[in-house]
Amino acid sequence: MLEFQATVRRGTLDLGVEFSAPAPGVTALFGRSGAGKSTVVALLAGLLTPERGRIVIGDQTLFDSARGINMPTEERAIACVFQDARLFPHLDVRGNLRYGRQRVRDRPAPINEDEVIEMLGLARLLERRAHQLSGGEKQRVSLGRALLAQPRLLLLDEPLASLDAARREEVLPYLERLRDEIRIPIVYVSHAFDEVLRLAEHVVLLEHGGVLASGPVAQICLEPALHAIAGEGVMGSVLEGDVVGYEIDEGLATVKCGELMLRVAVPAAPRERLRIFVPAGDVVIALNEVKDVSTRNVLPVEIVHLEPLEGSVLLHLDVRGRALLARVTHSAVRELGLAEDVQCYALVKAVAAQGRRIERRTEPRPGLGQSAGAG
Amino acid sequence: MSPYALSPGEWQAFWLSLDVAARSVFFSLPVAILVAWVLARRRFLGRTFVDAFVHLPLVLPPVVVGYFLLLLFGTRGPIGGWLKSTFDLQLVFTTAGAALATAVMSFPLVVRAIRLSIENIDPGLEDVARTLGARAFDRFLSVTLPLMAPGILVGAVVAFSASLGEFGAVITFASNIPGETQTVPLALYTALQTPNGDVAAARLAVLSVVLGLAGLLTSEWIARVLRRRYGR
Repeated sequence: MLEFQATVRRGTLDLGVEFSAPAPGVTALFGRSGAGKSTVVALLAGLLTPERGRIVIGDQTLFDSARGINMPTEERAIACVFQDARLFPHLDVRGNLRYGRQRVRDRPAPINEDEVIEMLGLARLLERRAHQLSGGEKQRVSLGRALLAQPRLLLLDEPLASLDAARREEVLPYLERLRDEIRIPIVYVSHAFDEVLRLAEHVVLLEHGGVLASGPVAQICLEPALHAIAGEGVMGSVLEGDVVGYEIDEGLATVKCGELMLRVAVPAAPRERLRIFVPAGDVVIALNEVKDVSTRNVLPVEIVHLEPLEGSVLLHLDVRGRALLARVTHSAVRELGLAEDVQCYALVKAVAAQGRRIERRTEPRPGLGQSAGAG
Repeated sequence: MSPYALSPGEWQAFWLSLDVAARSVFFSLPVAILVAWVLARRRFLGRTFVDAFVHLPLVLPPVVVGYFLLLLFGTRGPIGGWLKSTFDLQLVFTTAGAALATAVMSFPLVVRAIRLSIENIDPGLEDVARTLGARAFDRFLSVTLPLMAPGILVGAVVAFSASLGEFGAVITFASNIPGETQTVPLALYTALQTPNGDVAAARLAVLSVVLGLAGLLTSEWIARVLRRRYGR
């Protein structure tokens, strides 16, 4: 468990942030630029001292203004990956990877160099220097260097923000692998909600130096505050469930989310756990159950709440105890008489739903990060 | 004897110049690194004054610098007297004294070169080193110093070359003693004062040009090699 509470004034930003995050697991700090994300990063890493506050990871207090505790950065064991990689230019990749490891000789080292090199695909880069690496490779080396410092927390500060779309796609699978195989808690800072959707379990929504909302991804996706910040592109609902069936010929997976069965066109294997994102704009509302329709999911729903937006209305629906969002026009609301407690049907196209494996069913590797997870 | 060959006395001046320049760089370099780091990275009251003071030898007449050195390091001066009574060390009229005078004169050049290289280091790299567990002195040795290395090397070569040519401060503070403080420019000056010394003067002048060029080319070459190595 990470508990964070800090107030600090920095330039024009009056920051007062409080959140707690599960550990292990990925917690995303999401917000627009200027929301205070970098300040929280600096406070966590100890590069900036709060005026008042308390920062605790597990049973280790890193900062407590009331008790006069302020552990220096170099003892916090919070390894960072920054947007600009910050590899040491005078060392080769191997030298960079070993930099942190060489400085924590007195700590147990569950994370092994060979495993990290294998996991991040660095074997062919070891002799190279930073200027001989692509942007994506730099970030992978930076990740490896952070992991090998045997941290109790991994702090990723916009690690993909300076990469183009292709490079981002190159690094993201490595981050997913990291999340699945390493038991170290990760704080992931981003202003791109699609990254948050792919990687995080828990989201802290920051704006103007304060926390607007904080909770599991699925819950944060329903927050009007998020819709105001992140825009229409990320409006949608998150459903998590286990794959109970997969038709290879059809490319169609059946996912069981509690009482709800959802069919999605996502490559998957039985018993895998999937996180499915259903964009609100891709959900069609019908008053009657339609049979001859191409959408693979026709779900009976009840309207819980109407959230008016600019030019459209976001319907918060309940489908067998799960929340679903649908974005419709004002005229549709009027003509269909959509209101709270109205029973209707939500049509969800199997190809519109985006699915991501969120957890390997295999056990995490025995070597990786056990003591750090316990801390 | 060929008019192009250096006489034994001129060879002596040549080797002495190298000796003085080497000693001067060796002793001024650590101080210059410290001063450059403080000026580049620390904010304190009077920083501008320290900065200006370090650069004074660049704008003062060398003879003035020599004069102040005489006041401070002369056998009756506050520092010179103490050195004499405690270590039996005399700087005036000695090779060590000539090295001190050239060190003071070339000091601003070294500080400038090193300071530029420190200001080019991304402070973010030092932050990363901190998060990876490196304490202040470790950080300095493992990150800051290696990244300063190009500036230090270039500064050292420039200072060495400049030391070879220092005249005013040396003759004022250490006098013009053959084999002791008579470096190439001082020997050249003496040759000019001597009847029929113009051939010797020409030889020493050419020697100075060769030494100066060699120094400048070396510093450029080092800078280029290091740039390639660090990919900048």
